[in-house]
Parts: sequence; structure tokens; C-alpha cells
Amino acid sequence: MVRSKPKVGRKARMKQGPVPSLDEFYQGILDPRKTAQQKNNESESRKRKREDRGASVKSKREKAVFEKAKSDLFEEENVEEEQMVAGEDDFYEFGDEEEQFGIDEEEVEDDNENESDEVYDSEDENERGRAMFSDDEGDEDLLEAANQQGLANVFKGDSEDEDQAEGEDEFVNSDDDFEQGDEEDVEINVDSRVTNVLPSGQEIEAPSNVPPDIHISRTRIQEILNVLDDFNKYGEAGRSRSDYVAQLIADIANYYGYTEFLAGKLFELFSPREAIEFFEANEVPRPITIRTNTLKTRRRNLAQALVNRSVNLKPIGNWTKVGLQIFDSQVPIGATPEYLAGHYIIQAASSFLPVIALAPQENERVLDMAAAPGGKTTYISALMKNTGCVFANDASKARTKSLIANIHRLGCTNTVVCNYDAKQFPHVIGGFDRVLLDAPCSGTGVIAKDPSVKTSRNEKDFIDLPFLQKQLLLAAIDSVDANSKTGGYIVYSTCSVTVDENEAVVDYALRKRSDVKLVQTGLEFGVPGFTSFRGKEFNQKLSLTRRYYPHTYNVDGFFVAKFKKMKVAEQKPNGTSKA
Amino acid sequence: MRPLTEDETKTVFEKLANYIGRNITHLINRPDDPHCFRLQKDRVYYVRESVMRFATSVGRPELMSLGICLGKFTKTGKFRLHITSLEFLAQYARYKIWIKPNGEMSYLYGNNVLKAHVGKMSDDIPEHSGVIVFAMNDIPMGFGVTAKSTADARRLAPTGIVAFRQSDIGEYLREEDTLFT
Repeated sequence: MVRSKPKVGRKARMKQGPVPSLDEFYQGILDPRKTAQQKNNESESRKRKREDRGASVKSKREKAVFEKAKSDLFEEENVEEEQMVAGEDDFYEFGDEEEQFGIDEEEVEDDNENESDEVYDSEDENERGRAMFSDDEGDEDLLEAANQQGLANVFKGDSEDEDQAEGEDEFVNSDDDFEQGDEEDVEINVDSRVTNVLPSGQEIEAPSNVPPDIHISRTRIQEILNVLDDFNKYGEAGRSRSDYVAQLIADIANYYGYTEFLAGKLFELFSPREAIEFFEANEVPRPITIRTNTLKTRRRNLAQALVNRSVNLKPIGNWTKVGLQIFDSQVPIGATPEYLAGHYIIQAASSFLPVIALAPQENERVLDMAAAPGGKTTYISALMKNTGCVFANDASKARTKSLIANIHRLGCTNTVVCNYDAKQFPHVIGGFDRVLLDAPCSGTGVIAKDPSVKTSRNEKDFIDLPFLQKQLLLAAIDSVDANSKTGGYIVYSTCSVTVDENEAVVDYALRKRSDVKLVQTGLEFGVPGFTSFRGKEFNQKLSLTRRYYPHTYNVDGFFVAKFKKMKVAEQKPNGTSKA
Repeated sequence: MRPLTEDETKTVFEKLANYIGRNITHLINRPDDPHCFRLQKDRVYYVRESVMRFATSVGRPELMSLGICLGKFTKTGKFRLHITSLEFLAQYARYKIWIKPNGEMSYLYGNNVLKAHVGKMSDDIPEHSGVIVFAMNDIPMGFGVTAKSTADARRLAPTGIVAFRQSDIGEYLREEDTLFT
């Protein structure tokens, strides 16, 4: 019997409408504290929303009526009565529903009488019902909530005592320290806060076997940022700035999930506050953007066609005439008929930039040294209106598949796809008017897209990759025809933000090849490249290169440099006259 | 990469003629912008001559693609058109079928063209001849062969097949692994 009862009760609860009758409502108001509490408990104990709502309303009503009828009906009830009541319960559920539809008052009162007859019972049933479902997760939640409430009460009550008693211990136990730090953050005395920022030696050693708590890291990051804002004022005596920075990097690595090495490498590119912005931006995905294929359609027509498929979009910005940003879409954006017909390609906004910088002209011969999956190659082809010739090279045979697919889908007829190691390039074919080298890189600019970078990159990568990039850049420079009438340009780009892969590589190329110089990229926005970095001095012209960060422009992290290869014959008189 | 032999040229042109008829001359005779057919690893490419000359510098094992791939020779020596040739076929198409928006997705998933989905079609298409399938907004979507002549198709039930699908642009997604070497 008992087993079947909760089922009835539960079912009834499900059926019950969410709106209480007028009487119940008033009674609820009369005793708000109790009902609210009951409601809370109930709502925590039920997982499903609907059930949850039904239950809380029912319990509210039951509780209220129970108060009223408690005195008469405190006797034990037998099984038959319970059963009958269960049936009645079902009945007045319907009554309840009718109430909602505006049935006259008499009936409502009847209902209430019914209720008062068996309130005790239904309450009882409710209690038992809860016991029955004890393996529900909801009950555990309830327990948890109760525990926490209890804990909070204890904490409130004892906090003063504890503070006094354990005043010394507080500094050792970092947990307590920061929980309290959170609460007192507003009123805290600046000096006392600062002394808490860095953990003591004991603390550092202690937690090595337990995983560090990210909430602590989060709080401490903020604290250290405050200190670093004005170190002379807030810095703790006897602690150097580098202590704070080291702790900050450790916390960043812990909180955002980087290796400490990579966190340090990225941190040193920015001021502390900007670095946090950068790490935060890496947690947020960049917007989906598409590029109109001007070989087949125009942006206005494409936008119209996609809007008709209920895609929500707008132009990316003033700097591009072919980009569209997708906000949301009812259809998969990579499988619309327009996509398959080659009217657009899904391409990150940042990868427009090197092609805009390259500015290929019609009837030129252009080389894309690392082309797959073909977003940039097809853009070059489109800018050249399918004239001239585009060599699309990629070192990976598997990746040329997607490259060829995109080239054909977008209808680029002037391309040659080849599968060389790009270092061989001037030997295969040289004399290009323009060369684009979008070099293989560590991908520190696209962490939002590929979070595996956070942990997979190590010190060796930042030695090996720049080594490869330097070779490729020299190959790119050698592949260009300096005597080209219209061109003679090389664009070097990476989707990485580290200096080793960007400025250092460019600086190396400038030192190794005296016949190239940096020129304006022709890009409207972007941060100038570093001319000196942590004691290394680069060519002053490196301010002509452009850097892009996720937190400043909401594009992937990117670097673009544009070289011009000068005619050897002309260079001599120029050089002598200047010197 | 090499030019096609006499036999291969004949096979390719016969196939192309199914879809574009005598317009095939427009592909061959382009005095202002000469194009040529080239064979590379059993695939036939249609490419501008200037581009082709640059591509001669690339070694045979490393050359993956040039210009536009029209199709490939099967092991039995037949020639099979690929969806990548659609651009040229659509440009010079002899017979056309337009399908309504509600039939677009069905066709792109690789189904045949049903009577119910046909928006309009060329008047005089004979049975079993090559047709190019367009969306109503004139986007080429694929090609196939007619199951019925235009006259017969008019009397067909709505679920009857008007044209058998041979290729559609959905293959860019479905066949990406096999289509491009």
C-alpha cells in the first residue's frame, strides 16, 4: 500500500495546475515564512521543472491548510482511509483545474472542505513520498543544501570566536583566507589585503599533492593585478615584483589550464591587465564569418539569399567588402545550396588580412606556400578575377584534398596545386610577382579555436618552429622576381602571437637578405609590431608590421608583415646615395 | 601531365557532347584565351594554356591539380564526368531542368528528380539525354539523364522520376574523400 501511494501522490502533483486558489493564496500570504521555506526545500528536492512547480504549489497549499486543520486531525488514520483519500485527491485535482477556469465559489469552498478533511493525510503522504524517492538525486541536493545552510549558520555564529581563536592560523590556511577575502573585499584595508596576496613558503609546498583550487587562483589573480597596478604603494615589503609575477603566471596557468611555460610566454607580451584580457578572450569563441566568392556572386545577393534561409548576419566591418558575420542560423551554414554552389566559404576574419596585405593584381603570378585548406588561395584567385596564375602549395598530401575541393567548389580556374616541401621552392619554380607565406605556427593566436595548444606546446616548439619559419621565409623571398613590373612583394603571416615566431623571424630575414625591406601592410587596423622585446633589439622598421589580438579586435591572434624585394640594379645607387 | 591521345579525346568529347552538344566548340576554340585538356594521373583537366605552361615545372608526383578537373578515366577506359565540371556544362547546357525550392535539398542529398519538384524544363528534351539541373534562381546544382522525354514527363504522376541523378553539388561534402584524389 505504502509503495503504491507515493505514485498516486506524484501523479496528482503532476496534474496539479501551478495557480493556487484564492483562499490558498491568502493563506500563503498569511504565513509567508513557512511556505517560502517549504517551497525552497521542495524545489530543491525535485529535478524536473514541471514536477517541481506542481510540488511546491501543492506543498504550499497543503502546509497552509494543514495549519488550520492540525488540531482536529491529529489521530492516526487507517489504510482504507488513506486509499480513499488518495482517490479524493485525484478528484479535487480536477476541481483545482476547474477553479483555474473560473468555476463559481461554492465549488471552491467544497474543495477546500475536502482538503481540510484529509490534509493530514496528504501531508503524511508527501513525507512518505519523499522517503520513497530517496535515491533521487534531488534529495541529495536537498541534503547538500541543508548541510550548507547549517554550515553557514555555524559559520555566522562562530565567526567572531573563530577569528579570535584562530587569528594566527588564518594565514596558513589559504582556503579560509580567501573565502573571507571574498566577503571582506570591499571594506578591507589595503595594507592587510596586500599582505595576504602571496602565499607563504609553507603554503606553496603544502598543496603539491592536491590539485590546486581554481577559485583561489581566480581571486589571487585579481589581487595580484591590483598590487601590480601600483607596486610601490601596494607591494609587500620584502617581496619583489617578480615574486608577484611568478605567482600570477602560476595562477593563470592553473586557472585557464595552460602549461606554466606557455602562460609565461604569452604573459610577457602584454601588461598584466591586458594579459588577463587576452587569456579571457581565448576562452570565448570568435564569431563565425564567411567570405563572399566574388567569382560567382556579390555580397548583397549572397546576404539576401542567406537571409531568406533565416540566417542572421551583417557585414564584418568597413575594412572588407566581402566578409559577412553570422550571428545565428536555422540551417547548417556549411551545407546550404549557396555554400555547395561555391558562393561563399567559411573563413576566419583574420585570414582575410594577409591577402588584403598581399593585394594581388590581375595577370600576376602568385605563390601561396602553405595553402591548405584554401581560404586564402581562393581569395587571391578571386581578387585576380581568375586571370594570371596562382600556385597553391601544401606540404601535406592529405590537406591538399580540402584545398582542391575548395578551389573547385569556388570555381578558381587559374590555380595549380602542388605538394612540395615549401623550402624547395625557388628550385621548383621561381620568379613570382607575389608570394604569400602563411607559415605553420604554434597557433597561440587561435587558442579559442583549438584549446589543445594550451598544453601541447613546449619549449622545443618555440625553437623548431621559428627555425622552419626562417627557412620558409628565405625561400619565399628567393622565389620572388625583384624585377616584376607590378609586384615583387612577400607577405609573411602567422596565426601566432609570440615574438619568436613573428618579429624575430622577420628581423632574421632582413639581416639575411639585404635586398628586401619592410613596407606598409595597407591594413587599416592592427597594433604595430615590437621593435624591441625583452632586451632584443629588432630592426626599427618592424613597427610597419601588424599584430592582431583576440581581445582588441575580436579576430584570431595574427601577425602580418609585408616585404618588398628591391631591384638589385637600382639598389646600389640608392644605397650609396643614402650612405 | 600530358595531352590526351586521339582515343581519349574522342571518349571525353563524346561524353561532353551528351550535355552540351555542339557547344563543345566553345570549349575548344577560344582564340582570345586558349585553353587545353591535360591528363594527369587518370584525371582530365581543362586549363588555360598559360597556366598549363607554368605547371610543366611541377613534377608529376607533386602535381595535384591544375585548372578545373572535368572527370576521370575509369580502369576500363570509360570517361566519367565529375561534379567539378558542372561550371562548364552549365554554361553551355543544351537541356535544362529547374527544380523548385522544396526539391532542392532532396536533390542535393543525392535523390533523383521527381515530377513534383520540377519547376520548369526545356521543351524538347528526348528520353535518356544529358540534362543540367538548376535551382529556380539559376544556380547549377548537378547533372543527370532524363528518364522521360518532356512530352511524356508532362503526363507523369507527381512521384514519377523525370531525371536520374548522375552528380550533384552535395558531393562536395559527401564525396570529399574520394573525389579529389
